[in-house]
Amino acid sequence: MYKESRETEKKNLVQGSTGDWEVVIGLEVHAQVTSNAKLFSGSSTQFGGEPNDHVSLVDAAMPGMLPVINEACVHQAIRTGLGLRAKINNRSVFDRKNYFYPDLPQGYQISQFKHPIVGEGDVVLDLKDGTSVTIGIERLHLEQDAGKSNHDLHPKHSVVDLNRSGVALMEIVSYPDMRSAEEAKAYVTKLRTILRYLGTCDGNMDEGSMRADVNVSVRRPGDPWGTRTETKNVNSIRFIGQAIEYEINRQIDVLEDGGTIDQETLLFDPKKGETRPMRSKEEAHDYRYFPDPDLLPLEFDDELVEKLRGELPELPDEKKDRFMSDYGLSPYDAEILIAARPSADYFEKVAKGRDAKLAVNWVMGDLSGHANAKGVPLHEVGVSPDQLGQLIELITDGTISGKIAKDVLEIVLEEGGNPADIVEAKGLKQMSDTGELETIVDDIITNNPKQVEQLKTKPKTIGWFVGQVMQKTKGKANPQAVNKLLQDKLEIGEG
Amino acid sequence: MSELTDLTIAKARKGLAKGDFSAVELCEAHIKAVDAANEALNTFIMTTFEQAVERAAQSDKKIKSGDAGALEGIPLGIKDLFCTTDVQTTAGSHILDKFTPVYESTITKNLFDDGAVMIGKLNLDEFAMGSSNETSYFGNCISPWKRKTDGANLVPGGSSGGSASSVSARLVMGATATDTGGSIRQPAAFTGTVGIKPTYGRCSRWGVVAFASSLDQAGPITRTVEDAAIMLKSMASYDAKDTTSVDLPVPDYEKTLRDGVKGLRVGIPKEYRVDGMSDEIEQLWQKGIDWLKSEGAEIIDVSLPHTKYALPAYYIVAPAEASSNLARYDGVRYGLRVPGDDILSMYENTRAEGFGAEVKRRIMIGTYVLSAGYYDAYYLKAQKVRTLIKRDFDEAYKKVDVLLTPTTPSPAFAPGEKGGDDPVEMYLNDIFTVTVNMAGLPGISVPAGLSSEGTPLGLQLIGKPFDEAGILRAAQTLEDAAGLLPAPERWWV
Repeated sequence: MYKESRETEKKNLVQGSTGDWEVVIGLEVHAQVTSNAKLFSGSSTQFGGEPNDHVSLVDAAMPGMLPVINEACVHQAIRTGLGLRAKINNRSVFDRKNYFYPDLPQGYQISQFKHPIVGEGDVVLDLKDGTSVTIGIERLHLEQDAGKSNHDLHPKHSVVDLNRSGVALMEIVSYPDMRSAEEAKAYVTKLRTILRYLGTCDGNMDEGSMRADVNVSVRRPGDPWGTRTETKNVNSIRFIGQAIEYEINRQIDVLEDGGTIDQETLLFDPKKGETRPMRSKEEAHDYRYFPDPDLLPLEFDDELVEKLRGELPELPDEKKDRFMSDYGLSPYDAEILIAARPSADYFEKVAKGRDAKLAVNWVMGDLSGHANAKGVPLHEVGVSPDQLGQLIELITDGTISGKIAKDVLEIVLEEGGNPADIVEAKGLKQMSDTGELETIVDDIITNNPKQVEQLKTKPKTIGWFVGQVMQKTKGKANPQAVNKLLQDKLEIGEG
Repeated sequence: MSELTDLTIAKARKGLAKGDFSAVELCEAHIKAVDAANEALNTFIMTTFEQAVERAAQSDKKIKSGDAGALEGIPLGIKDLFCTTDVQTTAGSHILDKFTPVYESTITKNLFDDGAVMIGKLNLDEFAMGSSNETSYFGNCISPWKRKTDGANLVPGGSSGGSASSVSARLVMGATATDTGGSIRQPAAFTGTVGIKPTYGRCSRWGVVAFASSLDQAGPITRTVEDAAIMLKSMASYDAKDTTSVDLPVPDYEKTLRDGVKGLRVGIPKEYRVDGMSDEIEQLWQKGIDWLKSEGAEIIDVSLPHTKYALPAYYIVAPAEASSNLARYDGVRYGLRVPGDDILSMYENTRAEGFGAEVKRRIMIGTYVLSAGYYDAYYLKAQKVRTLIKRDFDEAYKKVDVLLTPTTPSPAFAPGEKGGDDPVEMYLNDIFTVTVNMAGLPGISVPAGLSSEGTPLGLQLIGKPFDEAGILRAAQTLEDAAGLLPAPERWWV
């Protein structure tokens, strides 16, 4: 039995005109399983293609056709369950959810109702304010997607594209453990990160690979649950946030005006930023669930689960901990880097065997700056981990200064090439040879007696001498070496 | 030589091999018989004579070259519930109007791979829902048998009425059929033919229009037990496209057919002695017991205590599955579409016009028993009953090898005689056969004699899971003892 896990926290309360309200949110996320073939037929799952290109006899529900479970999809569901630290059910049952709609060829959706493949698990969220919360997962089950109806292509008729019909979805149901739109957004973001790490869902919400039904209710702190509404099929993280904010305000307004909340199904209109009730026809269903007699119960042994567990990649939370301990990353930096696996892998390639602090600064600093300016992820900015790594090595061994390194990075970005070669070819190597520098320093001292005199009363003017040296060497002089030489020659203490 | 159409499959196979006649001659003899009978009997929804002759000519070549399959050149009828490539498939319903599959059911493919020649698609109750072949959109199918007392036409039983009638009338040598609650065995009993429903999972359901998925199972109807053994061997196979099909080797049923019943333990379930069962059925049953006993079988009384709940439970489970299985006939992708102002009215118009009264009744029953608030009381309870029925059989099979019962509680009746006011009267036809489907067991009906009205009566043997060989063997003994029935008079010629 579910028990509330959250304490009421002041920061999560919403102020109404008659007092504080607490918000309660639960999400049902539909995630398309990454697989080559559909859940019960051999058809391709590729996105796009001409309408009705990826449709088999089974997908079109021709008479006498039978579903056969795609094992690859079952494995993906198990992997996801493991990634959510959830209970894996060795026996689950497929049920039919019956309703009529033109994009549902069978007249029923094959889903899992009473006995899902995955049971309780959890997802940990690290919030911006440095706190973390655990969101309970109630269950994950496998089901078929429907096709797509289009009502605009023909003046009188609707048209149907069955390419998506039968594609495998995982419905991941959370407990009502979230207390703000921010938490809900963080949850979906984290869930998406986990699924992407696992390779079980591509998480591309704009292609419909992930969408959420959002359950929202409000109550006075300490009160039992309020009546909830369910906003269906919200397809971006931003919209999820907007839909929740809208629902919170709407529900509080209704309640504070003395009204009551109807338990109803809503749609989110992204243009208006509002929720509105579905037409009653769209929701008044008695789905008449019953076990699908065409399919035997889905059974597998622990051996399979353990085999899949053994093959799991490092998951986001593990990676974050490791980055903090191995590379001394702050929780904030670590969280940003692990959010997408390619960025994390990029960082790790740069940092491995090199100065970790420098690696963090360069990846999170200049490289992220360039990536943001270009609007691409880190690993696509056009500098390979090798190139950036070499640049860091050049700084570490004193070949170039950090300032020159920024210029070299620009050159790599614009022209490509090897940082070491660029430094060599453009003669950007730092001048650390004291003999050569000494000649230059001596020259400057001899030619500028006035400044030498001035220096005796104003020690800070040493900067002028440094500038002169840099000018002469076109910035290549090692600043530490120059300072040391000047101090020795002019017999002054350290600035 | 007797008429070619009187031959059994076993004899025709020998004649073809010896060159006594050709497959084309055999085919044409049957085409002639169909032409003469179809107006009176209405057993075929569609004939495929041209393809049949072509196919028979190919068989002749194969027989000559020594590549003959197990059913090479044998003319068969295919119940119109099996999807056949490029040949219209109706399920006896208007809703599949002009539907022509681009695929071949696993069973028909198996038969054609073995050389069988399809003469046409056979009449049936709409979506196999019926026990008299009176619910077909394509009209009643009539039995070749007449009632001696009043000369009335009779129903061939159902739902495989077309299969049973055309096999009995010598229009085809054998036919495919399907059995959800008795649809192979009851028409076999009514028409003096042999019908075997194999164990659930023995024959693939892929490409067979579904009625009730957990109960549907295909099998053959033939004129002799031996022919049933031959056809079943061809039809049965494991099929990866049907998750419920079972991966077991298919034995050579012919090989053990005449091994006799010496030492076989035959159970007689007392619950099958129902109220209102006629004396002649009772006597027939006793005759069957005596025949098996005299051949060395051991007769043991057994009890199947939950039998009386089988029929009501069946009429919950089967309609529930059917209501969902038939949802795909919505006018959107294939078959009949009756336009409407919007999608809902299109659905309503199409399904109102496309489905007949019995199908609608079962969709309504099924929808009702699955509805919120009724599911537990009806569907779930029926599933529990089903478990108890299975357990009854498990218990009985600790003591016996096969069970012997009558196939039907009464002989064939005339069209319109039953179920007009009360559908349950019709449903009672299946009282001895549904238990077998509920338990997923194999069952066979064998002709055992004629009623006082001069119409055939059948005895049923029920076997252990996947022991089709066992019931075929016992059936052969019964057939030998009873003797083959005479052919029905060809009153239609």
